[in-house]
Amino acid sequence: MGKIAAVTGNEAVANALRQANPDVCSLYPITPQTDIVQRFASYVSNGQVDTELINAESEHSSMSAAIGASAAGGRVVTATSSQGLALMWEMLHIASATNLPIIMPLVNRALSAPLNIHGDHSDGMGARDTGWIQLWSENAQEAYDNTVQAFRIGEHKDLRLPVMVCMDGFIISHSIERIEYLEDKQVKDFIGEFVNVNPLLDLEHPKSYGPLILTDLYMEFKRLQHEIMGRVKKVVLDVAEDFYKLSGRRYGLFESYRLEDAEIGMVVMNSAAGTSKDVVDAFRDKGIKAGLLKPRLFRPFPYTEIADALKHLKAVCVMDRADSYGGYGPMFMEISSALYQVTGNGSGVAKPKLINKIYGLGGRDYMPEQAEQVFTELDAIAKGAPVKLVKDYIGVRE
Amino acid sequence: MAETLEMRWHGRGGQGTVTAAKVLADACLSGGRYVQAFPEYGPERAGAPLKAYNRISDKELRMHCPVTHPKVVSVVDASLLDAMDVTEGATEDAFFVINTSKDPADIRKAMKVKPGQRVFTVDATKIALDEIGRALPNSPMLGAIGKITGLVTLEHMLDEVKKSFGKKFSEKIITGNLKAVDRGYKEVREG
Repeated sequence: MGKIAAVTGNEAVANALRQANPDVCSLYPITPQTDIVQRFASYVSNGQVDTELINAESEHSSMSAAIGASAAGGRVVTATSSQGLALMWEMLHIASATNLPIIMPLVNRALSAPLNIHGDHSDGMGARDTGWIQLWSENAQEAYDNTVQAFRIGEHKDLRLPVMVCMDGFIISHSIERIEYLEDKQVKDFIGEFVNVNPLLDLEHPKSYGPLILTDLYMEFKRLQHEIMGRVKKVVLDVAEDFYKLSGRRYGLFESYRLEDAEIGMVVMNSAAGTSKDVVDAFRDKGIKAGLLKPRLFRPFPYTEIADALKHLKAVCVMDRADSYGGYGPMFMEISSALYQVTGNGSGVAKPKLINKIYGLGGRDYMPEQAEQVFTELDAIAKGAPVKLVKDYIGVRE
Repeated sequence: MAETLEMRWHGRGGQGTVTAAKVLADACLSGGRYVQAFPEYGPERAGAPLKAYNRISDKELRMHCPVTHPKVVSVVDASLLDAMDVTEGATEDAFFVINTSKDPADIRKAMKVKPGQRVFTVDATKIALDEIGRALPNSPMLGAIGKITGLVTLEHMLDEVKKSFGKKFSEKIITGNLKAVDRGYKEVREG
């Protein structure tokens, strides 16, 4: 068993990066991620890692430097939040389409305007279509564990894809919690030596990155990106199995909590999932069969597996800590799509009634009372009450 | 100990209240316990009222939101008693620990607490001035909280406070803080 400590989510993730000992770290600070790169810079100064640090002048440059370093050959990390991720946007697509396994903790924070430094998922959801793998984390332990696993996943020979590891800004990044570290050597052995694939610095074998591909092959290239994404689930599960053997902590594509015999369920990610689990228990104690599904792998999205886990429910509420103005919340769109494909045995399948709640934007506290409100509404819907409003906001002042 | 102990700190920016919550979390980590320590994030200004929270439990802590029904309320700056209702949401059997030189019975009367709630006082600022030479009431408050909650032994709290100072501080500062913890533990009184 590794060392047990009371640390912030940022400190836990910074330690995972230290244990991975990357070749290059490009960085530009932004609240609430700053603490990660600040700590990492001190590891570099103290000689605890062999990493070359690149202080960039913006996040666009930081991601560009990460892309250059990764193409040159070597293990590369960076980290960001909110506007930083938004500024990286065009480079995010280049990292993934060029098959560069850059590992990037994303400390989730609201997007401007209005300016807000607190936690919500607008940044990560906005990067949904950039071709990055996304892992989401409930607490500091999961953020640490996901960061360690991200290296194995992204660098896997069948994938070679960049990975974003998401955790809630402030709620997790700045709160102190008990976590269990792995030993440095355990992490080193688990993620292994970095294996180069087509490094630019292999001067004996010159190659070019970033070619122009027009109508002749662009579409084939894009389909290939989708096909590579199709391999991610297996790698994530294989890595999770090895991680379980190492740590005793189980991970999957998502977490099912008291869902098997449930009648009503909530889909919720990150820190709010923990708060909601306590409320699930309270409803179970009252004899109401509540359950919860917490997505972990959001890209690629495990549609069939999640549909299988939810299809027996009478009513489901999808919780979104991000919004699409004029549309449903981003998670709701995925769950709706997943459940629409459920066909059953032809005798007429009753799919769950679906509702969508937008919560916690800009760091608005998500309290157990909000989860109680949701489960109470779901219970009524399950017993036949009509769905009044598919998408609604909770914890908001009138 | 109850299954989960929830605690709220009231302090002012610059007093080290958030650090106190962290030291308490560290001290409670032993014995396989789960801990949380987190402030309420707002504009960070010296002298402005702030809140911080602790959860300590034998079970995994999954709740990630502010504590609304604290069993223990620690008031690091007694001037806050006039500025806000520090009893808000406190449990029927809550403990209040107030840094004040006033008589605990008077404070109890002024706070209008419920019959099952208990009020403790410790003159943490005076202890800090005596022992450390600066008005940093954390260490005596931690001693007092250790005593009334029974969460950690005095010896363990002393170890943690010593550890929290690391190598950055002079022997004199560290010794002063340890004495301050000890006096907080011994001088806390109930009203």
